[in-house]
Amino acid sequence: MGTTRTMEILVGAFMAAGFVALFFLSMRVSNLSAGGDGNGYALTARFDNIGSLKVRAPVSMAGVRLGRVEAIGFDQDAYQAVVTMRIDAAYDRLPTDTFANIYTAGLLGEQYVGLDPGGSPDYLHDGDQIEHTQSALVLEQMVGQFLFSKAQEGSQ
Amino acid sequence: MLTEALARLGRSGIGAIAGLGRASLLLVAMLGGLRELAPRPRLLLAQVYNIGVLSVLIIAVSGLFVGMVLSLQGYYVLAQFGASESLGIMVAASLVRELGPVVAALLVAGRAGSALTAEIGLMKATEQLSALEMMAVDPVRRILTPRFFGGFLAMPLLAAMFSALGVLGGWFVGVGLLGVDDGAFWSQMQAKLDFREDVVNGVIKSLVFGVVVTWIALFQGYDATPTSAGVSRATTRSVVHAALAVLGLDFILTALMFGG
Repeated sequence: MGTTRTMEILVGAFMAAGFVALFFLSMRVSNLSAGGDGNGYALTARFDNIGSLKVRAPVSMAGVRLGRVEAIGFDQDAYQAVVTMRIDAAYDRLPTDTFANIYTAGLLGEQYVGLDPGGSPDYLHDGDQIEHTQSALVLEQMVGQFLFSKAQEGSQ
Repeated sequence: MLTEALARLGRSGIGAIAGLGRASLLLVAMLGGLRELAPRPRLLLAQVYNIGVLSVLIIAVSGLFVGMVLSLQGYYVLAQFGASESLGIMVAASLVRELGPVVAALLVAGRAGSALTAEIGLMKATEQLSALEMMAVDPVRRILTPRFFGGFLAMPLLAAMFSALGVLGGWFVGVGLLGVDDGAFWSQMQAKLDFREDVVNGVIKSLVFGVVVTWIALFQGYDATPTSAGVSRATTRSVVHAALAVLGLDFILTALMFGG
């Protein structure tokens, strides 16, 4: 009887330790706690070029993460990228004339959507579209433009 | 001469396929015993103890040291690119995605799988399984089913412990000894590791490995030639086959999960 009891306690402790480890991996190691997935509200924005923006990239304003990129689609009529962002419900006072840019974190870092607030007294709601956007800076295009302008200077 | 070589090839091929068939029949029979296992949870408890609790020490120590070594080696490379703050991502991603499930499965195959094979093989050699059958007790359902589900339950928990302790070991070396920033270590890890993509896929892997390792161990024991030499060969085969199956399946699972 005693040994069965000890075994039961040890198996219980083993399973508890296993679940604590799983919980640790979910909460501390991965981003389940920082998710807010599913709740919050969706905003869309159209960009001429999103560079290498990925789904789940951060959406931030003033350097603070407000949400994540939820989906990236393509509009065949306008030939534009349609980026759907999910903003945490706590941040529900973004002006309607908010400006969306695609920035790069660091020199070679990943790309993210940076929002700059406008001055409108009205706020964006679920499903609204951000009208003012600026495309990602593509290094090759910038280098190309630079060379082109230099060449023009030289020929004059 | 040539026909003899061909015949030998054919014999080994037929033998392999027949073995696969017997193993599949055994799996079906073991799954069929689940209904009889439900009213006797104590049988399962004893096997979770044998396979799970008794493996905790080797899993914990190995996980800790694997994490510490990963951290040391990863720091060496990352520091050359000035990216030592990403150490947390490297340690956690490699542990949660690959090393946790795979190394835990290899360790369980060596520690618990070999013991299962030897136990079942000896039961067969000493005719205990036949004795059970004489008493109208199905040895597969009574002996093998609880062991199979014990391994199935224990493996993901052991793999999670391995990964969690590995991350802690990596944190100890990275932050404690090498001076990586504590906040950056955790925050970059959390930003890059996804619950669904990384943690859940790791758990799925370890569930698959749990099935494969215990299945191979039990089949090798049940299928062993009932002699001392036969049990010894079966124990060796159990570890070798389980290790090969885990590594091969890991490639396939990784290609399916992360390849697309």
